[in-house]
Amino acid sequence: MPVSKSTKLLINGEEKEVTFYNAETLLSVLRHKLGLTGAKPGCLNGDCGACTVNIDGQAQKSCLTLAIEAVGKDILTVEGLDSPIQGAFVDHFAFQCGYCTSGFLMNCHALLTEKKNPSDQEITKWLESNICRCTGYKEIEEAVKSVINFSNKR
Amino acid sequence: MSSYNFEYYKPKSIEEAASIFDQMDQQGKDPMYFSGGTEIITLKRLNQLKTGAVIDIKAIQECNVFEFHEDSLLTGAALTLTKVEELNLFPLLSQTVSEIADKTARNKITAGGNICGQIFYREAVLPFLLTDSELMIAGSDGRRNAPIKDVFNKQLLLNRGEFLVQMKTNRKYTEMPFVSIKRRRQWNTGYPLLTVAALKAEQGIRVAISGLTHFPFRSAQMEDALNRTDLAFEKRINLALSLLDVPILNDTEGSARYRLFVLKNTLYDIFQELEGDKLASIEEH
Amino acid sequence: MNIIGKSVIRKEAFDKVTGRAKYTADELSVNTLHVKMVTSAYGHAKIVSIDDSLARQISGVRAIIKGSHELPLTGEEIRDRPPLAVDKVRYFGEPIALVVADRPAIAKQAADLIQVKYEPLSVIQSPSEALKADAPIIHENLLSYDKLGSAYPVPNSNIANVTKIRKGNIDQGLKQSDVTVEGTYRLSPASHAAMETRSAAAEIKPDGYVHITTSSQAPFMVKKLISIYFKIDVGKIIVETPFVGGGYGGKAPIQWEILAYLASKAVGGRRVTITYTREEDLTTAPCKVGLEAKVKIGSTKEGIIQAAEILYLFDGGAYSDKSIDVSRAGGVDCIGPYNIENVWCDSYCIYTNHPYGSPFRGFGHSEVLFAFERTMDQLAGKLDIDPLELRKKNAILPGHTTPTQVLLNRSSVGNLPACIERLKELVGWEEGKQVEEIDDRRVRAKGIACGWKTSTIDTDASSGVILTFNPDGSINLISGVVEIGTATKTVLAQILAEKMKMEVEQIHVKMKIDTQTTPEHWKTVASRGIYMAGRAVLAAAEDVIRQIKDMAAQILRASMRDLDIANGKVFLRDDPNISLDFKDIVYGYKFPNGHSIGGQIIGYGNYILRRLTKLDPETGAGQPGPEWTTAAYYVEAEFDKRDFTYRLQKAAMVVDIGQVLNRKGAIGQVMGGMSMGLSHAGRETFVFDELGRVMNPQLRTYRPIHYGENPDYLVDFVKTPDINGPYGARGVGEHGLLGMPAALANCLSAAADANLNELPLTPELIWRSKGAEL
Repeated sequence: MPVSKSTKLLINGEEKEVTFYNAETLLSVLRHKLGLTGAKPGCLNGDCGACTVNIDGQAQKSCLTLAIEAVGKDILTVEGLDSPIQGAFVDHFAFQCGYCTSGFLMNCHALLTEKKNPSDQEITKWLESNICRCTGYKEIEEAVKSVINFSNKR
Repeated sequence: MSSYNFEYYKPKSIEEAASIFDQMDQQGKDPMYFSGGTEIITLKRLNQLKTGAVIDIKAIQECNVFEFHEDSLLTGAALTLTKVEELNLFPLLSQTVSEIADKTARNKITAGGNICGQIFYREAVLPFLLTDSELMIAGSDGRRNAPIKDVFNKQLLLNRGEFLVQMKTNRKYTEMPFVSIKRRRQWNTGYPLLTVAALKAEQGIRVAISGLTHFPFRSAQMEDALNRTDLAFEKRINLALSLLDVPILNDTEGSARYRLFVLKNTLYDIFQELEGDKLASIEEH
Repeated sequence: MNIIGKSVIRKEAFDKVTGRAKYTADELSVNTLHVKMVTSAYGHAKIVSIDDSLARQISGVRAIIKGSHELPLTGEEIRDRPPLAVDKVRYFGEPIALVVADRPAIAKQAADLIQVKYEPLSVIQSPSEALKADAPIIHENLLSYDKLGSAYPVPNSNIANVTKIRKGNIDQGLKQSDVTVEGTYRLSPASHAAMETRSAAAEIKPDGYVHITTSSQAPFMVKKLISIYFKIDVGKIIVETPFVGGGYGGKAPIQWEILAYLASKAVGGRRVTITYTREEDLTTAPCKVGLEAKVKIGSTKEGIIQAAEILYLFDGGAYSDKSIDVSRAGGVDCIGPYNIENVWCDSYCIYTNHPYGSPFRGFGHSEVLFAFERTMDQLAGKLDIDPLELRKKNAILPGHTTPTQVLLNRSSVGNLPACIERLKELVGWEEGKQVEEIDDRRVRAKGIACGWKTSTIDTDASSGVILTFNPDGSINLISGVVEIGTATKTVLAQILAEKMKMEVEQIHVKMKIDTQTTPEHWKTVASRGIYMAGRAVLAAAEDVIRQIKDMAAQILRASMRDLDIANGKVFLRDDPNISLDFKDIVYGYKFPNGHSIGGQIIGYGNYILRRLTKLDPETGAGQPGPEWTTAAYYVEAEFDKRDFTYRLQKAAMVVDIGQVLNRKGAIGQVMGGMSMGLSHAGRETFVFDELGRVMNPQLRTYRPIHYGENPDYLVDFVKTPDINGPYGARGVGEHGLLGMPAALANCLSAAADANLNELPLTPELIWRSKGAEL
């Protein structure tokens, strides 16, 4: 029998009691135990970024994180996100099928929170971590830059 | 214990970690040390790895240091590659690790994990090979320090129950001119076709290579050839390549012959970067 | 026009940016069992034994299903494919067995314990290998298979079908040619690599109704085929499709639904779910076909093409399924968008031991255009004519005929010369040379290509729409188009809003498909979503307007002819103050004394593609599609002559799509297609070993283009309305991709001064083409 732990995870500001086993990834716990299906199982290999969440403010691929590693940390998923980047994605047509979008938003959010005025090179370095198959990345670039420009003007 | 689960421990000290490993080992649970864990998680899913117990070293203080101590730089094995790059205490190391995987993955992959992993590139080891670093290794027999060339041969040779705690690098090396070049099959992302890290030390240029063969290495003969100041750069490179005694990979990233072609040009670029001023004058020979 | 053309934000936008949009594997329920596949470890092998004894002992395993002769053979044209391999495996990743268990981890644990013993057979890895006289026959029983379509497999061979195009007189055409060029070309199978992997759930209720949820572009086809394969009343199969995370054609075939159905059946009809891992999605699921091609073009010395002689050998993979149709489409538009009187083409669909082919964005066109447009560039070189000039001279125009001998007119073909001229302006084609030196190592090079496409789909493909009203007079738009990311459903709302003269916010679109209540849209493919469903929306709108006017005529005591509608009201044309609000009549109208008339207004409309025919088996003559959209493509790259590496600088494309319905949406579709085309051309391919195993079945080794690797994009549109399209629109979902591989290959061939005739165009390939010197 697998040894499942009943533990608390802090997700989107809420403390949630969940049961999971040690080898279970955070992605699996978010989706199967908490119904937070925003993070997606694009590859389960850390290659596509569709599962990206924020842990203690840092972008992390939840398929590469054990749920048990996230205990005691501040987990933010797209369902708990409230950021100008979301509206920017909408306005700039920065998604089509939407499957990669949660991951991109969480990565962009971490980037924009950490760096007020990232260079093109820095944006590329961060966003290289996520694959989008529908767009050509141009609209995503415009969305991110629109948020940077806006917050720089304020 | 079903094959899809494992026990999980997060010891707070080296001794505790080693002791748990021994216990798990004796209970036949095939324990593994867990740092970033990205390899353990992904290879386990593909059944390329089996373990009944993981021992997370990220809470061990010695594994997390990143600071200059007297004339050495101490780099903890549990440091994420992002942290190494951000604090930038060792620019060659920063440049090398900044090309591994992608940024988000680097928020999880650790220096020690990359060096000790099954995936054979182990690019994070290149700067430590170049700088003749010392590795601090711990196990149930306690701690030991060993020069990297004694314990790293294609991979890190650890006794059962041991784990990598820290890398200790002489400070002077962290200030020497360096360059790290990663070439890929196409464009800017993906596994290395080749990663060549180079340092210009007092005695000459040192190079360490990943991706050419199925392990990272430094070759004394190659370095001797590359430092033949009596030869033009191109001749030195040809000599170095002729002395290569490792099997060259032929795989989905590229063929063996193409790798040689890329290596040749990369070595030339390294000379350009590190000896640029001399390039013109020597070529006139 | 008020809303047509405007960049209306897609209806589901806010759900998608908050993680609340649901895809197939997001719909979780507690009592669902989980399925894990065991798949083939070899490209071609006899199955000696399958030992599941250890797997059966795992607690929580509810069923294990293996292939058998009792299971029906599947396949869309030739029923050659067992859902689970029987006796032998024909491709790496082919499904062999299914484990159904309480939890995914248990299903996986059991699947890992199933031991399959194989006896490897020799592997066929290319169409030309498959055609050799001594090649092993992959389908020994080829002739005994049932056929659903019009395929012509050749007995005792690996040929699933051949499409013949015989227009004019090829010998005469070649005689008339002063100059000929010939080239051979090659590309291997590759993948759609949609971000959402294939996923399906199935449940069989005690009343006999089969409920399937699937990530599919063809839920209505799922229903039909499951009915045919398993002999179930088609009305008892209900298929649901929520949002789909990318399809690009790869989710038009049926496969995962069949496995889900079999799994559910094996556990007494309980609900089961299967979600492919990325590795399975890349290899088990159908993929993009490969191609070997030989193209010969003859022209006068002025550059007027007289003849084209073509051989296309499509690598359809181990099973024919939709590959035959792809190869057929490759024959239909076997040349580029040119007026060529003498065309001879044989387009084969060949069996190999590769993952099997499916529609991939472009349906054979980007593959065919790579071969043809590379040959065109070589012709331009030989004639010393500017490559775009050569295309323009030969551009197909109204009054010309296609290879299948369809006579085109101003409505049925786009304006290629206008696309070319606009492209030249957009990118500054005349400025500077095609290859310009930057320094002693690097050059900047430009390359172009032209392209076109019609759809090759069932001649009776149709689309239906139902409209219902809400008490506030707003409308529910119910269409069988799947929202796979193209924003088609939002554009349908725009079309309806325009026609009804209402605000687009007043149109509520049902996103999820339910085949029992959603009218059928044939399949969400072929860039025909807006074309067909848009016409159906317009028909439904007319129906609703008629019903509204009918009611209003009675109430206002006026003739229907004197009434008009706008802004949610129906009113007298000459006195708009005499009006009724929709909300007061769409659920019936109640007179002041209580008498009520009418009832809920329900509108319906449909559209069927008109006068399409099958192709003549000997000449290929026929009308496969309603119109041909044309486009011109451009790629600019910075090429390093020492390393043979290159950086994509700019990519441009001008396409004639008639009326643009949603500008930003259309640009997004085009750029996305361009990006995918460049990605495929530059880096994507399966790599097989000598046993036919895919060596790169992960996204870290099978790499789509990443942020930062893309070029700058320029997109523009030319407008030649298609009278049949809604508001004169043509489709555009695929066109961004079609000519990109050819344009990139032409660009790099110029840059490297080499003939680059193979994809993907990696630095190593270019280095090899230049002699592979150390």
